[in-house]
Amino acid sequence: MSGKPKLYYFDGRGRMETIRWLLAAAGVEFEEQFCETREDLLKLRQDGHLLFQQVPMVEIDGMKMVQTRAILNYIAGKYNLYGKNLKERALIDMYVEATSDLNEIIMHHPLQPPENKAKHLASIIEKATMRYFPVYEKALKDHGQDFLVGNQFSRADVQLLETILMAEECKPDILSKFPVLQVFKARISNIPTIKKFLQPGSQRKLPLDAALIPKVISIFNIGNE
Amino acid sequence: MAGKPKLHYTKGRGKMESIRWLLAAAGVEFEEQFVETKEDLEKLRKDGHLLFQQVPMVEIDGMKMVQTRAILSYIAGKYNLYGKDLKDRALIDMYVEGTTDLMGMIMYLAFQPPDAKEKNLALIIERATTRYFPVYEKVLKDHGQEFLVGNHVSWADVHLLEAILMAEECKPDILSPFPQLKAFKGRISNIPTIKKFLQPGSQRKPPADDKFIAEVKKIFNI
Repeated sequence: MSGKPKLYYFDGRGRMETIRWLLAAAGVEFEEQFCETREDLLKLRQDGHLLFQQVPMVEIDGMKMVQTRAILNYIAGKYNLYGKNLKERALIDMYVEATSDLNEIIMHHPLQPPENKAKHLASIIEKATMRYFPVYEKALKDHGQDFLVGNQFSRADVQLLETILMAEECKPDILSKFPVLQVFKARISNIPTIKKFLQPGSQRKLPLDAALIPKVISIFNIGNE
Repeated sequence: MAGKPKLHYTKGRGKMESIRWLLAAAGVEFEEQFVETKEDLEKLRKDGHLLFQQVPMVEIDGMKMVQTRAILSYIAGKYNLYGKDLKDRALIDMYVEGTTDLMGMIMYLAFQPPDAKEKNLALIIERATTRYFPVYEKVLKDHGQEFLVGNHVSWADVHLLEAILMAEECKPDILSPFPQLKAFKGRISNIPTIKKFLQPGSQRKPPADDKFIAEVKKIFNI
């Protein structure tokens, strides 16, 4: 059945946000169905819609795709955001696996117990500014091109922008030592599809509100499965 | 510089093992340089060989590749183990992400404190037998083909075999409800390159023992 891709997740960022970013950047309109309660998730499972009983799940091109990376790889491949050959794909993969790693740490921050939060935040900032951002700063500086890989817009650029914005939510001046990334951020933010996604009213989700954490924990039974 | 790929990692399975499996399955000879101490890791970092300061790192085709999935995708793509089109690749990706999740649980079991081990082992067995293996059993049963995707050997088959063998190390009769997977295991194990990798003396690594875990914790500051 053709039509818009349909995303199944809860009404928050989590593991689905990177998928929303990539579809939006590719200019692909999509629908969303939210799991608001644990029962919603259990129903999806019972009805056999989730290959490994998990969300994210995206209905796209007749498939019920699961596994975040599989979904991202498919979208990137389909919409020409994955480089033009195997070596460019290798570079893109290295870059996006690293942004994924950083996103993962940031994603788990709201779930930290209060006594751990400050230390966890410090670790995010250290990793971002010592391990990850210097790599992208250097890559862009060395080749002087607009985009990370192959002088062509790719998922690596989208995912890096997403990560930069999430990191800035942790520390607003986190890019202060990275002039090339500051320029990159502005440039990629101005790409029309991305500019649109960054405007209020888009399907971009907000950071997880502290008040919602118990609900998320309950839907996914975090800590018990 | 052409030549054999060179793997940089500890002398154990960890995140590098799936890479060893895939290279071996593809019939690609490779060299290994082992990180035995914290100083070895620091040297790799100081010399600028690790893009994000982490191993696995694989020198291949003039690149110093890092990030396990990036390396696996490159090898799969290069050696024609990644399906014939985007949709094959989508299926392969879904399947290997599933086996990656399962093997990840098994890998971390060795690092759990003793009181958590029993609970986590039970969870691994539950997940293997109710979440993951039933999927692959059904896939094989439904299409009746020898391989998981596209009637052609792929990364998904190699990865599933690796996961099956790791799960059997947790519970030897874990495949007893899964006749298709038993046949699959026999079949894929008999592929010549894989059969060779499964023989003693290959570069396949044994499960981690307590001594090795202690060393790894020191190297990575865990």
